[in-house]
Amino acid sequence: MKENSLWKDSFKRLAQDKTAMISLVIVIMYTLVALLSAMGLIASDWAREVGASNLPPSAEHWFGTDIFGRSVLAKVLRGTQVAMSVGVATAVISIPIGVFLGAIAGYFGGWIDDAVTWLYTTFSSIPNIMLLISITMILGKGLFAVYIALGATSWVTLSRLIRGEVMKHKEREYVQAAGAIGGGHMRKLFRHILPNVTHIVIINTSLQFQIAIKSEVILSYLGIGVQGEPSWGTMIDDAKLEISRGVWWQLAGATLAMFLIVLAFNLLGDALRDSLDPKLKGK
Amino acid sequence: MLQYIIRRLLYMIPVLLGVSLVIFILFNMIGGDPTAVLLGKNANARAMADLREQLGLNKSLFLQYLDVVKSAFTFDFGRSWATKQEITYMITQGAYPSLCLTIPAFVISTVLSLIISLVVAFYRGRGIDLFVRFFCIAGMSISALTYILAFQWIFAFELGWFEISGFEYGFPDFIPYIALPAIIWIILSIGPDVRFFRTVILDEIYQDYVRTARAKGLSEVTILLKHVLRNAMIPIITYVVIQIPFLILGALLLESFFGIPGLGGITLNALNSSDFPVIKAMAILSSVVYILFSLLSDILYTFADPRVKLK
Repeated sequence: MKENSLWKDSFKRLAQDKTAMISLVIVIMYTLVALLSAMGLIASDWAREVGASNLPPSAEHWFGTDIFGRSVLAKVLRGTQVAMSVGVATAVISIPIGVFLGAIAGYFGGWIDDAVTWLYTTFSSIPNIMLLISITMILGKGLFAVYIALGATSWVTLSRLIRGEVMKHKEREYVQAAGAIGGGHMRKLFRHILPNVTHIVIINTSLQFQIAIKSEVILSYLGIGVQGEPSWGTMIDDAKLEISRGVWWQLAGATLAMFLIVLAFNLLGDALRDSLDPKLKGK
Repeated sequence: MLQYIIRRLLYMIPVLLGVSLVIFILFNMIGGDPTAVLLGKNANARAMADLREQLGLNKSLFLQYLDVVKSAFTFDFGRSWATKQEITYMITQGAYPSLCLTIPAFVISTVLSLIISLVVAFYRGRGIDLFVRFFCIAGMSISALTYILAFQWIFAFELGWFEISGFEYGFPDFIPYIALPAIIWIILSIGPDVRFFRTVILDEIYQDYVRTARAKGLSEVTILLKHVLRNAMIPIITYVVIQIPFLILGALLLESFFGIPGLGGITLNALNSSDFPVIKAMAILSSVVYILFSLLSDILYTFADPRVKLK
């Protein structure tokens, strides 16, 4: 009898899920736009004047122009690069920290567990928005501070989830077997247990990614995020002054761009949870 | 039970020390020397040294840390750099407008979400359920900023149904000012709330006791309201209680857009004027309140569900 691996099974379930596939396509498209923009192939001339000031959307300028006559579409595309970079940077910072701390806490227990639990209780006790504001204010404005601030706040949930899952796994037979044939702690934890909890990392990353994007928009809006480059947040900030004059397209462009990617990550996160962790289905 | 509460109370101490440590590292160690910024054009060596003395920055790091810890217990945060007022005074002044907005908004959104979740759970898997679930997720994907800008423009500016911005003290007077921000708060909360409540209710619906109740011939509505809701209330109460600290923090963005002089507004003004002590005070205060309410929520949990024996 042919057996499928867990991953193959999960992928099959995911491939049948139409919403998940559409969401995945959206995520891939945004990633492409971000990569092309980072390589300077698209939207590199976003600062160029392409027409008169504040033109409404038309066949020539799909999203209209801003007060300096710059294309809003180019700004939206450039903002995509900023938003996606924030999501990736947050994941790159928070996954190693979250997985490592959660894994050693769950596996070793004792004082290590106490220390890690104390650390994440401490971090989760400071309301996220206050921690984000404090860190970006102290490190100075700019994208770098946003990366650090979001990385520092988003490892907490992951760490807590991994800790719980590792605790469940460490008493299982397969881990005992690995120990019986001479596997040390490190081998048992990193070679045997961690591959069995990766699904948590994937699900959590999908949800954290959209939280990071939303936070970047708010921080940039507040003026402590990205500087000198368009971001969906700074576009909304511009719109604040324009909207009473009926200039709505900058707000609409930024909102639509953010809406699609956040919605895609939300739906994908749910679908990943259903397919990778069927026990949790519907939760 | 009493033993648990005492142990839980004692655990607050290391967490508070930890929160103070994070804030101390951020503001006192990484934050650097603020005297040059504060004095601006008048900065000279003498004045900077005097000011450093005055702000207590000449003390050893350990003593500075103790100052942070002390402020977490005494709520004495010193004076604001920008307004020179006592921060404690600013906070007590800002609490009233904040709570006028957040309490009604919070109560209405919670009750409304609970009603929607019950209806959706009753018709689970059918059209209305899918519709509501999609709207929750879609609604959560729109930036809070967009709701605020669009609603303020359409309903306050174009249609003139609400005040565009400002605040007035006293009971019926503040209503026109808080109505629109409260509506936006409710719209922002319904998405995540309904998603959580629905999950919790559906978790209960597939339990054995529900099957028993059905076998007894009880109607679906009785089961939902008398049996399921009562059990689902436990996670719902904890979820609701843990949100209360954020009411005190105020609605940062809403207050600044609608010119409500609450705690959120104070925080954002401090952010714009690099007023470190105020941000520091708000971070400490909100953490202390959060710790207290998470304790309260844990204790309520043990009362609501005696099976929970926490170690």
